[in-house]
Amino acid sequence: MNALITFITSSVRLGTTFLFGSTGETITEKAGHLNLGTPGVLCVGAVSGVLGATFYVGAVSEVNGLLAVFITILCALVGAGLLGLLYSFLTVSLRSNQNVTGLMITTFGVGLAKFVKGELGTDADAAISKVASCFRHSLPFAEHMGWFGEIFFSYGILVYLAILTALLTSFFFKRTRAGLHLRAVGENPATADAAGINITRYRYLSTIIGCAVSGLGGLSFIFDYVGGWDSGLVSTEALGWLAVALVIFTLWNPNLGILGSVLFSALYILPNYLNVGFAVRDLISGVPYLVTIIVLVITSMRKKRENQPPANLGLNYFREER
Amino acid sequence: MRNTEKIVHEPLFHIAKRDDLVWWQRLLIRAATVVVAFLFAGMLSWTLIGVDPFTFLGKLFVGTFGTERRTWISLRDLAVLLSIALALVPAFKMKFWNIGAEGQVLMGGLGAAICMYYLGGTAPDVVVYLLMLVVGILFGVVWGVLPAICKAVWRTNETLFTLMMNYLAMQLISFFTDIWVKDGSGVMKNETHLHGIKFPELGNVYVLPILVAVVLAVLLFVYLKYSKQGYELSVVGESENTARYVGINVKKVIIRTMIISGAVCGLVGVLLTGAINGTVTTETAGGQGFTAIIVAWVGKFNPLFMVLSAFLIVFMDRGTNELNLTNDAFASIVTAVVVFFIIGCEFFLSYQIKFRRRAKGKANDGAQDPPAAETPELPPEAGGAKEVQA
Repeated sequence: MNALITFITSSVRLGTTFLFGSTGETITEKAGHLNLGTPGVLCVGAVSGVLGATFYVGAVSEVNGLLAVFITILCALVGAGLLGLLYSFLTVSLRSNQNVTGLMITTFGVGLAKFVKGELGTDADAAISKVASCFRHSLPFAEHMGWFGEIFFSYGILVYLAILTALLTSFFFKRTRAGLHLRAVGENPATADAAGINITRYRYLSTIIGCAVSGLGGLSFIFDYVGGWDSGLVSTEALGWLAVALVIFTLWNPNLGILGSVLFSALYILPNYLNVGFAVRDLISGVPYLVTIIVLVITSMRKKRENQPPANLGLNYFREER
Repeated sequence: MRNTEKIVHEPLFHIAKRDDLVWWQRLLIRAATVVVAFLFAGMLSWTLIGVDPFTFLGKLFVGTFGTERRTWISLRDLAVLLSIALALVPAFKMKFWNIGAEGQVLMGGLGAAICMYYLGGTAPDVVVYLLMLVVGILFGVVWGVLPAICKAVWRTNETLFTLMMNYLAMQLISFFTDIWVKDGSGVMKNETHLHGIKFPELGNVYVLPILVAVVLAVLLFVYLKYSKQGYELSVVGESENTARYVGINVKKVIIRTMIISGAVCGLVGVLLTGAINGTVTTETAGGQGFTAIIVAWVGKFNPLFMVLSAFLIVFMDRGTNELNLTNDAFASIVTAVVVFFIIGCEFFLSYQIKFRRRAKGKANDGAQDPPAAETPELPPEAGGAKEVQA
């Protein structure tokens, strides 16, 4: 029973990374931009958070938990958002190929993160563990509620923030005018343009905001799940690709992402809880990718319109070219 | 700054297509971009790792061509990267975004390794070599053609499909490694596990991959330029409707092209396993399947230009080894920055920015400024634009 509860809570905590990552990527993809730079964005988000935490802890004598969390999150948002700005400048304004740019963003982001880690060295470790304890501060009444409290209330702020972000994003897509416009831009930019929607603005904003949200995924992995970054950054890249997979798995619906992220992370950590050989572990680790492919193929077979990828996904828009 | 009278909203500039550049102008712009990119990379090395730009460039050269052996290795790396990029070209020309080269190469390597493991030592070497080629290429084809079939029949998004296939391939390789390697080291070795099988050398170990790349480049050039199939795939890439109208079987072309693309990737995997590394790991392709996309794109799908773009990547990669950094991440940063410059410069080759003509007479300065601030085309933080334009 205890092992089961630990398994569930770990899945939810790791799921936060996937949820932030995929929600951000969904926002970007809904506007028609397939950002393959997500792994890089996650890494940069994580490292920006670490930078912020290190500077804050270094600057003050007494660490204020709330402020530390706020500063770290803000830094992650800004760092990842800047990478999103670079991506959107290249793809929206300069109309570079999205796949090429995205892959280069991954190379750049992962490289940058590793470089910063190498430069900061062990100085950051203390700061990370200090701030990580602030991030992991759970709700006060959780421990009085037995297994129920464990499973639902024992998490740090990022878990709830991720769920809230996903819910808000879904609401934004389905219920607001701007969300409708955003989807129009991703489905058929020429028509959206004719309707007076500013394509450039929507694409810039969706990419930058999407990247900023994705960046929190890396942050939550380093600060909430691992609580350090020794092996963290290598895994962050792999998690980034899984986040991209999760977008497809959830059919571009962040609400589904809440469940999907827990499922993906459960599969990701399942081998650690099973007494099986390495070979079987490898097969289990491949399941999320396989399932994603199956979902992708089945949705394309069924051709239900609401389940399709944005029609203009991966294509740049130039007004004179239609 | 709000003006009460209505201002006719005319953006500060607009962007128009251009095709008035002749080949030497294009070449000059590209060359200038590369120079600027390297200068910028030099500045980065100065600020980030404290190596001044000239030493930095010098080290890049020494790292790539410093000794005879280094030159050979650089040429071999160039050949491998170029081969993968060449494999991608038919698919890309068809606008089939095969970003699964990494997986297709790995599967080729795995196919070869399977032959080495199960047949090595029992069958004659020549038979094993042949089977390695056949099985490896077949594996590459399977990994490439599955997304193609789904794309052709159900219009499944190929970018996402091929991306996922990469990681499936990696998991399969870890799986076989863990089955075969019993000592728990997790490292598959040529002598202990794969019966020491390696392709025979032609002169030295580096010649075979280089030869393969040259042959591939020539074959591909001919295939794309002079064969009916090459023409068909470029028509499909330009417009599927046109292709259908003139009686091209689009589905057949998509599947056939991806068979070729996957086969060449598989072949490269066989070479990596059988001739270069002697084994297969999840790192065998080492991200080159992704880098090759950039090589193909930057090289405009032209085999000759692709040699240059592949060289650029190899130059950065091999060259930065010479810097002896404790932090090898610097190489990826510099490579990415240089590529950003190059893909950014493409914009200025195919588009031009037309600035608004000077307002005539009656418009005063006050009327001129506000629209500029509201320009939708570029947000105010376009500081990066200057970098690319510089």
